[in-house]
Formats: sequence, structure tokens, C-alpha cells
Amino acid sequence: MSDMYAEMIIDLYRHPMNYGKIENPDIKAKDTNPICGDIIEIQIKLNKGKVKEVKFNGKGCAISQASASLLTEMIKGKKIDELLKLDKKDILDALGIEISAVRLKCALLPLKVLKMGIYSYLGDLTNIKE
Amino acid sequence: MKELPRNPIDVEKIRQDFPIFNQKIRGRPYIYLDNAATSQRPKQVIDAMNDYYQMYNATIHRAIYKLGEKATEAYEGAREKVAKFINASPEEIIFVRNTTEAINLVSYSWGRSNIREGDKILLTVMEHHSNIVPWQLLAKEKKAHLEFIDIDDEGLLKTDDLEKFMNEEIKLMGLVHVSNVLGTINPIKEMVNLAHKNGALVLVDAAQSVPHMPVDVREINCDFLAFSGHKMLGPTGIGVLYGKRELLEDMDPFLGGGDMIKEVHLREASWDELPWKFEAGTSNVAGAIGLGAAVDYLTNIGMRNVREHEKELTKYAIDKMVGIKGISIYGPKNIESRGGVISFNLGDIHPHDIASILDNEGIAIRAGHHCAQPLIERLGVVGTARASFYIYNTEREVDYLVNALEKVKKVFKL
Repeated sequence: MSDMYAEMIIDLYRHPMNYGKIENPDIKAKDTNPICGDIIEIQIKLNKGKVKEVKFNGKGCAISQASASLLTEMIKGKKIDELLKLDKKDILDALGIEISAVRLKCALLPLKVLKMGIYSYLGDLTNIKE
Repeated sequence: MKELPRNPIDVEKIRQDFPIFNQKIRGRPYIYLDNAATSQRPKQVIDAMNDYYQMYNATIHRAIYKLGEKATEAYEGAREKVAKFINASPEEIIFVRNTTEAINLVSYSWGRSNIREGDKILLTVMEHHSNIVPWQLLAKEKKAHLEFIDIDDEGLLKTDDLEKFMNEEIKLMGLVHVSNVLGTINPIKEMVNLAHKNGALVLVDAAQSVPHMPVDVREINCDFLAFSGHKMLGPTGIGVLYGKRELLEDMDPFLGGGDMIKEVHLREASWDELPWKFEAGTSNVAGAIGLGAAVDYLTNIGMRNVREHEKELTKYAIDKMVGIKGISIYGPKNIESRGGVISFNLGDIHPHDIASILDNEGIAIRAGHHCAQPLIERLGVVGTARASFYIYNTEREVDYLVNALEKVKKVFKL
């Protein structure tokens, strides 16, 4: 049986955490992964520079959806500069599964969207890193 | 009429010609069901290209020495084989990189001189991106319009739409012969006939038909036809544009440069004859030779037999797959109107997750929008999983696929 499809991944696919929308978010971003056609939008409400509320919406494969649940859960209460330090390893550790090279983009899409949102919020669109 | 023997193809013998199947993937036999994306290559094709590189590597047409002559003969010989394969003349066969380049050649060379402001180009919603984007670019440049023939619930083109849109404003119809998503085999002969009655030319995207069934350009009577070598046992990087001679003669070159000229002066140049006018720069000699060998291989089997084998296998697969609870299969129910392509979805499982789990079982299928996003949107799904067959696929492999799909359901607790 595939290691990539641990029970937790399937559960998060069917019952995502932090799924939905926020009215008047401070940070928002949306992107697609042309390989899978995954779409992820992340919205954040800040309070004193910290994440007060976060939601994601969109659709896609189990990997991208589970990753979005875990990422949004992970950033609650964190400061913006802490969010900027999140990288590939944090996501893969949270997922705790082996991800094939072709599916890595699915797993990292939510993080990419989060960073797009933050850089856009900070007014520095030239500094987007995957 | 004599009844054809059931499955006239000796699949086990054919499989021995394909070195890729001599290996195991994840400890299992490799089950390759992504033939609509690219086919595998038999050793006859690989050997033909190796021979060129090892025994008579040279540039063609201009080399004044023995091996250059031999390379030219092999390259032009490949063109003759391809011409015979689709019942064209050699000068009507232009070697390009792939179907996409062939369509771009027409949209640039023919389109730029013949499409004017307000003109219309008629396409269908089931086109591959390669038969949409070049026309979008042309339409934007010329302020021309695109119209699209819709499909019905079964994935067949709406003939009402064809009659609705077809009028003298349509200058060109771009039409896929066999859909790479739905498998639909379009009635191109009738559609070409109707287009011609209205004064429109027709370009046929034959990427999914030439590899899998007999195609005769004289019988279809299309004006242009495009296909790729790598989907028909040949190498990547070689494809074909067929065009009617009088049309090709009237067209300006696509790419300018070496080999395609008659004379060049500092401020002007004149073009070589067909087909070389459209083949600028050093050609893909090995690719053409490989494609020639692929045509030999397919001719040897017989394209009617190829079609028959795929038809039976597709029918077998659909009959088995409809038994899987929660499956949705797209495309025509009548096997006569369907090529060897089966697109499907399984419950709420994303197609990429299906493909990943099947990969773990050693089964290669495709998942996603298959470079036909407008069609996927029209179907109202995020994508589909797709199994597509060729001469080396077996009923046993289909059985593996069906079993593996049950495993996918188990993983997703469906």
C-alpha cells in the first residue's frame, strides 16, 4: 500500500481543517498547480502582527488539500517573520509521508500561496520563492 | 464477407520487440497505459536510429560524399514511407518536430496571409491545446473570431452546431480526428465535405488517429493533417504536416534559414521546392529514419489489425470497468465511435491520487486535464484519470488495472 496515502491524509482530504473563507482578510493569495489543477486560496486575519484567524479554500488532490490543512493549523498565532521562515522541510515533516518527486508541487502549493500572500502584504512582490 | 479472426495480433510476440518491457518497475511487470501521451519504441526503431548514428551519420542534401548520400536517401526514403502510409505524395509531407509545430506552421504560413479581420475559424470544444492556442494567437493578431462546436452528453460533436456555425465567414476548421480525452472518433469525412461546400479549409489533428487506425488523406480530403512520430512507435522530436500540394506551394515559408532556399542574396532570397521550403536548418535525420522504421513496423502488422486489437481491448476494459462501483466513464458508448482511450473518475478521488496509487502498483496511467482544459471545464470535472492502449497491451493488463482500482477505493475508503 502506498506510503503517500496514510490514513491521516485521507481523513484530511475528506474532513479538512480551517476550510472556508474570511471576510476582509489582511492577507490573501491564490494559486494553481497546472500539473494537478489544484487550486488553493489562503486568507489570514492579523492581530498585532500575529495570525489571528486563517482559512483556506479550493480543490485538488489529497496531498495538496492535506498539506493546506496542516499548514493553516501550523501558523495559527505565529508572527509574520516566523511564517516567512517556514520551508519545504516543515511541510514534509508535518505530512509525515514519503512524497514522490512528481507530487512535491502538490504538497508545497499551500506554502507557496502563503508566501505569495505575505510578500504581497509586505509589498515586496519581487521576492517570491518556492 | 469473411469474418476477421478474433484478435489477429500476436501481442506476446510484439511485446518481445519492446526492450522497455524487459524490466520490472517497483518489482512488478511494467503496465504501460499512457499511450495517448507517448508510445513505447520497438528495437527496430531504436536500431534504425543507432545505425544512422554509428554507420552513416552525415548531414543531408548538401554533403558531397558517400555517407551524406546514404543519409539523404534514408531521410527521403522515410518521407516516402510516411507518404505511402497516409496515401499522400512525398512532396506533401513536411517533417516538423510534432503535431503542435505542424499546426503552428499552418497558423503562421497559411493563416497570416489568408485570415483577415472579421474572419472566423471554427474549432471544437474537444481540441487539444495544440489546436486551440495557435488559432487564439492568430485571431488576436488579425482581429478574427473563434467559434467552437460543442459536444453532447456522450462526448459526440453536436452536428446541429456544425450546421449552425458553418457559413462563408468560416475560413478554416480545425478538427481533432480522435479526442485524446474522450476517445471520440469524429466523422471527419462528412465534416470536411460540409466545410468545403462552404468554402472553408480543414486542418485535421490526427495525433491520436494515425498511430491507431488506417488514415487516408485522399479519402478524407482534408487540406492539412498533423501528427507526431512519438505516439506511433517512433522517436520524439519528429512529426509530420501533410498539406495539399497547391496550398503548400502558395504558402510562404514558416522558418527561414539554411537548406530551405534556392538562392540567397544580401537583401532577398527565393525558396526551395516542396517539401524542403518548409524544412529550415539541419533536419532531424535520425528522427525521420526512426519514424520510417516505425511506419514499417506498423505497416507490417497492418493498421486494420491495430484498430481491431484496440477496439476489442477497449471494449473488454469498459465492460470490466463499468462493474466498479462509483466509477464514471466519459466518452461514446458505441465502440465504433471510440478509439483506445478511456477517461474516468472514481467517486470523490482526485485523478492524480488515482494515478499515484496505480503507479505504486506498477501501472502507468495519465491524470489531469490532458492538455484539453476547455474540454475538462465543459465536462465539469477537475480532471480525469485516463488509460489508453496500444498494440502491446493485453486483457491481463486490463485485469490488473481493474484490481488496482479496487485497491484505490480501499485506500480512500470508498
